[in-house]
Amino acid sequence: MVKSLRTQPLIRPLLAALLTFAPLLAFGQEEAVIDSGDTAWMLTATALVLFMTIPGLSLFYAGLVRAKNVLSVLMQCFAITAAMSLLWAIYGYSLAFTDGGSTQSFIGGLDKLFLAGMTVDSIQGTIPESVYMTFQMTFAIITPALIVGAFAERMKFSAMLIFMALWFTLVYVPIWHWVWGGGWIAEMGALDFAGGTVVHINAGIAALMAALVLGKRKGYPGTAMPPHNLGLTVIGASMLWVGWFGFNAGSELAADGTAGMAMTVTQLATATAALTWMFAEWINHGKPSVLGIATGAVAGLVAITPASGTAGPMGAIMIGFAGALFAFIASTKVKRWLGYDDSLDVWGVHGVAGIVGAILTGVFADVSLGGSGLAEGVTMGGQVWVQFLSVMATLVYGGLVSLIILLIIKATIGLRVTEEQETEGLDLSQHDERGYIL
Amino acid sequence: MKLVAAVIKPFKLDDVREALGDIGVSGITVIEVKGFGRQKGHTELYRGAEYVVDFLPKIKVEIAVDDDMVDKVIEAISAAARTGKIGDGKIFVFDLKQVIRIRTGETGSDAL
Repeated sequence: MVKSLRTQPLIRPLLAALLTFAPLLAFGQEEAVIDSGDTAWMLTATALVLFMTIPGLSLFYAGLVRAKNVLSVLMQCFAITAAMSLLWAIYGYSLAFTDGGSTQSFIGGLDKLFLAGMTVDSIQGTIPESVYMTFQMTFAIITPALIVGAFAERMKFSAMLIFMALWFTLVYVPIWHWVWGGGWIAEMGALDFAGGTVVHINAGIAALMAALVLGKRKGYPGTAMPPHNLGLTVIGASMLWVGWFGFNAGSELAADGTAGMAMTVTQLATATAALTWMFAEWINHGKPSVLGIATGAVAGLVAITPASGTAGPMGAIMIGFAGALFAFIASTKVKRWLGYDDSLDVWGVHGVAGIVGAILTGVFADVSLGGSGLAEGVTMGGQVWVQFLSVMATLVYGGLVSLIILLIIKATIGLRVTEEQETEGLDLSQHDERGYIL
Repeated sequence: MKLVAAVIKPFKLDDVREALGDIGVSGITVIEVKGFGRQKGHTELYRGAEYVVDFLPKIKVEIAVDDDMVDKVIEAISAAARTGKIGDGKIFVFDLKQVIRIRTGETGSDAL
């Protein structure tokens, strides 16, 4: 009796150690090997996601503004691409991705500042760390660039740059860490395969705050402000659609079955959403519009993003349908009813379809609905609750910090151009250039 | 001499030009214009934002002719530009005091 009591505590850790280290010893070497198939796909996916911002999103937005502001949105997206690349490499990657030790729940560590330790031999999973880091960099580029649509045609370029740098640091990086870096939302078990919370809801709520703090464009909504070149917008939306395969299927970080299924569900959700918006407009207005079908497609891409690693094909169709329907109502009805000027509907499309997608991710991950299955012991209701909490966390934290950043910039250097500059157009007033010299 | 100015639907320009050529008109001036009449404008809708466009694009054709040609010109334009639907346009006729061909200095009917 006495003996067994004394030996048990000794045997247990020994057994545990054997069980823990045996697989590591066996697979340790395999883990450190680069898979050329995975790497080839991830190099491609990284290029596709960069292509989403420049030129995809840039053209999508450029066509939607008036001719006098076409260069300003192209310039904003381009400058964000350059600036976020550097910030991600200098400190964003480290704070988002590395283990934060005692602060791990909320923010990562400083081990990889300036990409310290990343060499040609560094491996992350089955791909070079350089590829992983750059792939994630393209996400850090497109997310702030999405916000541009909310304050288009009236924000000072200098204020825009400062806002983006602060927002990246104080909002994007922490939320990335919470969801994908092993932070508290990840611990909770929330599903976000490719960035429903981190990218779309995050950009959407920041956009809404920007639209509210900056105020309406001069003359809105009385003056006609129709898109100046919907051809550009449709080209941009098409590029987003193509690039999104890199975004969603690339988020698997491997060339495997999950990546393949992510591609399938992305296509189906987007197709459904494009038609949903087209028919909704047809029924409401009497005619189907090209802006409508293109916007619907983007709403579908957004909605399927968090679910792209877990939903099945038929679930994707439902997610695409719901995402587009809610985004349609938010962008064409609710915005006008509430009177705020989210100029290019970043909240209405990315925020709203992002929330719909994030919640439904919890529903359509279930095996009974064709999904890849929930974690053991988790019910659909439980997963939806966790999804809801992750949405609320993004909305509350992202919204609040965005608001504070905007108010600080407003009180110091100011957010808006002068009325005269706004009337003249941002191309001339901010950049001394014109988009069209005909 | 008379100056005939006709505001027509843009897609009818080729028909009008052909009809005028057939009756021997040797030159016309074409101007892209905007305006409204009984047809009024149209509405455009972008993501739920509805804009009323008051002015529609039209084509204005100007023809300077001798008095004896006026009726034929009016007839030719009317026949060629008519669709029977609202917005077909109007024809205005003005007295024309003088015409000068810049190259030769000819004036009056000789310059037409």
